Amino acid sequence: MADTDQTRIAQQFIEAIPHARALAMRVDALGAGKAVISMPWAEHLVGDPRSGVVHGGVVSALMDTCCGAAVMAHPSGPSSTATIDLRIDYMRSATKGQRITARAECYHITRTVAFVRAVALDEDADNPVAAATGAFTVER
Amino acid sequence: MAMDRREPLDRIKSRRDSALSALVGGVPYLTWLGIRFDRRGDELTATLPYDEKLIGNPMLPALHGGVTAAFLETTAIIELAWAAMWEDMESGRIVPDAAVGDSLPRLPKTIDFTVDYLRSGLPRDAYARARVVRSGRRYASVQVEAWQDNRARLLAQATGHFLMPQG
Repeated sequence: MADTDQTRIAQQFIEAIPHARALAMRVDALGAGKAVISMPWAEHLVGDPRSGVVHGGVVSALMDTCCGAAVMAHPSGPSSTATIDLRIDYMRSATKGQRITARAECYHITRTVAFVRAVALDEDADNPVAAATGAFTVER
Repeated sequence: MAMDRREPLDRIKSRRDSALSALVGGVPYLTWLGIRFDRRGDELTATLPYDEKLIGNPMLPALHGGVTAAFLETTAIIELAWAAMWEDMESGRIVPDAAVGDSLPRLPKTIDFTVDYLRSGLPRDAYARARVVRSGRRYASVQVEAWQDNRARLLAQATGHFLMPQG
């Protein structure tokens, strides 16, 4: 699904977002209503020092960014979007030291609202870390 | 253990403040976001001081939705851990100390977390308070609200379910 030009533009877009830059997010792929964004593990993002696992909030930030990117990548061409609600289910802890990848899909869009689902994975891609569903505003 | 009415005030305050700062200081992500907690008795209020790295929309500008979610979730977890350790802390059964790893209680784990975004986050400080709606032996339900300038004009609210540490 990767269109390299679009992915490069999306990477520039991500780098213009201070918080995405602070978390060192990278756009891996972008297509029609779909986005794949990843970020590295880092010591300062740890939520539980006993296990070295990153805080749930970090996963939220990655999921939120990836869902928003999937909305922006929808072929109907929204001009901007904002989160209305986002629910995250945490299935297991992300493994210490591993990159976290979010894959989001905008599976339905109306004139005003986009519906998105996403998963977060570490290197064990068969065993998701978290799943998210959200509703986003759509500006035309 | 019965409460000691005559316990010196400075000893009470120092026990509670040092336990709270050990709890909060034990989480690197809280330090990185700059989140601090103010205490009035057992009531906690979290503050997220504004920083440029928290911005998600540089055009408006607005706080990143993920930052808002993270702020709500960390506030919920600290409130839950704080409420769960209160009795043990007051009775002296545990003395949380950031320098002694095992003295800190294990943190609850998030099962799910749902954020309702009500307003776009302004580039200024945000505050949050969480309420433990139900805390059982294994599961807990927590409600949390965040605001900026006006307490009645919420930035976001969230509900989460948590798995309590066992043993």
